[in-house]
Amino acid sequence: MTASGSILGHAVLRREDPKILEGGARYFDDLPIDRMLHVVFVRSTIAHAEVTSVDTSEAVGMPGVVGVYAGDDLELEPIQGFVMLPPVFARPPFAKDRVRFVGDIVAAVVAETRAQAVDAAELVIVDYEPLPVVVDAEAALADGAELLFPEHGSNLAIEFDFGEDPTVLDGAEVVIKQTMVNQRVAAVPMEPNGIIAMSDGEGGLVCHVPTQNPHGLLQPIAAATGLDEDQIRVVAPAVGGGFGAKAGMYVEFAVAAKAALVLGRPVKWTETRSENMVAMTQGRAQVQHVEMGLKRDGTIVGVRVKIYADGGAYPTIGAFLPFLTRTMSQGVYAIPKVEFTSWSAATNTTPLAAYRGAGRPEATAFLERIIDIAADELGIDPVQIRKQNFIPPEAFPITTVTGANYDVGEYAKAIDEACRVAGYAELRAEQAARRERGDVLQLGIGVSAYVEVTAGGLFQEYGAIEVHDDGSVSATVGTSAHGQGHETAFAMIVQELLGIPMERVTVVQSDTALVPRGLGTMGSRSLQIGGSALYKASEGVLAKARQLAAHLLEANADDIVLTDDGRLGVAGVPSSALSWGELAVAAKSGDGVPAEIGESLPPGMEPALAYALDFNQGEATFPFGAHIAVVEIDTETGNVELLRHVAVDDCGRILNPMLVAGQQHGGIAQGVAQALWEGFAYDDDGNPLTANLMDYAMPSAAELPSFEASNTETPTPLNPLGAKGIGESGTIGSTPAVQNAVIDGLSHLGVRHLDMPLGSQRVWQAIRDARTSA
Amino acid sequence: MKVGVTVNGTAQEHDVEPRTLLVHYLREDCGLTGTKVGCDTSSCGACTVLVDGESVKSCTMLAVQADGATATTIEGLANGEAMHPVQQAFHEHHGLQCGYCTAGMVMAAVSLLEETPDPSERDVRIGIEGNLCRCTGYHNIVESVLAAAEQMRTQPR
Repeated sequence: MTASGSILGHAVLRREDPKILEGGARYFDDLPIDRMLHVVFVRSTIAHAEVTSVDTSEAVGMPGVVGVYAGDDLELEPIQGFVMLPPVFARPPFAKDRVRFVGDIVAAVVAETRAQAVDAAELVIVDYEPLPVVVDAEAALADGAELLFPEHGSNLAIEFDFGEDPTVLDGAEVVIKQTMVNQRVAAVPMEPNGIIAMSDGEGGLVCHVPTQNPHGLLQPIAAATGLDEDQIRVVAPAVGGGFGAKAGMYVEFAVAAKAALVLGRPVKWTETRSENMVAMTQGRAQVQHVEMGLKRDGTIVGVRVKIYADGGAYPTIGAFLPFLTRTMSQGVYAIPKVEFTSWSAATNTTPLAAYRGAGRPEATAFLERIIDIAADELGIDPVQIRKQNFIPPEAFPITTVTGANYDVGEYAKAIDEACRVAGYAELRAEQAARRERGDVLQLGIGVSAYVEVTAGGLFQEYGAIEVHDDGSVSATVGTSAHGQGHETAFAMIVQELLGIPMERVTVVQSDTALVPRGLGTMGSRSLQIGGSALYKASEGVLAKARQLAAHLLEANADDIVLTDDGRLGVAGVPSSALSWGELAVAAKSGDGVPAEIGESLPPGMEPALAYALDFNQGEATFPFGAHIAVVEIDTETGNVELLRHVAVDDCGRILNPMLVAGQQHGGIAQGVAQALWEGFAYDDDGNPLTANLMDYAMPSAAELPSFEASNTETPTPLNPLGAKGIGESGTIGSTPAVQNAVIDGLSHLGVRHLDMPLGSQRVWQAIRDARTSA
Repeated sequence: MKVGVTVNGTAQEHDVEPRTLLVHYLREDCGLTGTKVGCDTSSCGACTVLVDGESVKSCTMLAVQADGATATTIEGLANGEAMHPVQQAFHEHHGLQCGYCTAGMVMAAVSLLEETPDPSERDVRIGIEGNLCRCTGYHNIVESVLAAAEQMRTQPR
């Protein structure tokens, strides 16, 4: 790689943009497909009930209706959400004897138009015999709790018990205890879910799905429909955001796929937003009982954590995510002992799965909250107590007490930079002045330091480079972008290595017919794993091209260089260089090769100027950073305004700073939203209270400030790009910073902890309670 | 019912069900799928278009209410090959990621800048509060709109 003229590190504008900006990008719902049918689902309105009858007779006769299905009509197998969980929790696409949450599917109506399907679905009559409801994970595990799956004998989905350690707090001079609720939130990608399933004309299926992981749908759709995986093609067209919630299988996909096979016509499911708010998997939902032991000087001696996690009605990967919470429960600190136990429970709520951060934000949240309480109690500045406990840079690489292999870290560098950008000392002075004056508008300053795990468990990815006769390139990769800008980023990598302008690089992704395998885009893995796969594949093609050029030019391969004009020639002899197109033609083997190029392939070389591999990083990377939030609290109304948010996120070497900043901004906003506004709520009967965008408090531009996002760059040695993930860091760092800021702004009144979301009513109540008890 | 709307300069006439929303008319009858549907409570603004020059959430209007009107969608915003300054600014300032909110966001911004050619950051944030985005945190959207305002003031088309 040449340093001069390198494209890496530049804010290259996105090639994805023009099509989107002119309205030409096609999302699944935009695809023009003939003879389309539409499926609409009849969903349970009761959180827990026996289904005593489903009467579809009236719906069947409605105009345009071609099929009404319930029970075993489509012969669909239950869908196992996550392999580590007991099979009893597998979700039947149609709930039969029992519904387990509001949104569970009882029947489906397929009609010529969506309006006809909606009309007919209204006429499906379902009789329910209500059962007692459990909406709280801890209550679900108590003796005598109503069971969702009586045959399982309890509501316990999975337990992570690494053993009690009675010594975990030994040596502590103070022990800080706090129970915290990391509330349930909804993913809310702006594009709801859906699918178009259609015959491929040969007994198989083509499915257009807004998914983060097309290859990941092959097995579950095959299992549900009885087809073989190689009879199914999954294409992710333009996808309107995912945030983890579009990473997996949905039972709705199975219904649409099977209906398309049965009816012999394309079937489309377009999820409404109100449907999305109960049907799409949600995130977080942990109750955390935390104890931290410290010396009086602020040195941490140990942490004990007990977590009750909500798995929802058909526990899936969300029930597993406390495992990642445990992995990260030492955080950025040199904590000698951690005791961690978690229990994930089935409840009568929407199932939980990955949501931006997926188990790691929950770890950072409890650590950063408990250390702030400790700082307050010990009279130590929040920045100081963090810095004195950081794992020092010289300790890396390090295996933590929870078994995480941290690659690199310079935690003080990030927090020092955040303090510098924020003007931390000045902010504290301003806060003191406002307190002194007794201002109505009080200032809160919140700090968080985090480390997270990216590409965790998903170390391998397919990448292939092929140079074509015209000198253009196909770069094929198993990740699947849904807004991140991979076409731009990956084309930059190819240009960097091959000297071929990125305009001539076609990135091939998101189609199982064109990409042989892939693990999709999730876990902040795509640049470091998929990008590195293309990096290594480019290196492979370059090596082959040099051998070929050496053969054709009768030179030594070691003497072949990439010229400034993007050709391959003998060093110092520019006139003899060959273009990529000429080499591609020559590489096609003897037949049809222009005579002037001469004998084409050297002995033993495979035809085609192409190289494919599976890159395997072998380990995860551990990006880190520090955030500082500044809030203004109206002590008369409880209103909180986020004035500033400073983020210093270290994702290693930065390939495109514009894309990185975009990921930081979006992550920050989602994290701030959890701290201040968002929470998916149920009443005691399991009725969702926030199941549309009127009731669910997703923020608009008016609620947020511009962000002060910057970076330190500590490259990882684990991949050739030096890159770590950035997709989830903003969410992980921002939530505790903002929560801490609000509590910091009230700490002089005696407020020690408040759970999120910190809406004005909760804050006002806390101020009132504090003043009453003072 | 017969509905006639001039969409992006082209006269359209279709027979629609009375309950058809303008957004569904544009997407399904006119085939203009650049306008998106992101919710069912008129909260998200993904379906924002211009009707007789003013921004409208096209899910809040029946197609029959637009009879005789002029509508502009994202597909009709560019001037031939040249993108509208708001589109261009969204490109140059990374004002979009997944792109699903983008059509509505751009149309809302166009309308905002018609009314407020020299907006403050606060004006922009309040002006687009009817449009939700999950990817960008609005940071670069606000930058884009401010940059477009500057561009349109200094170099009117």
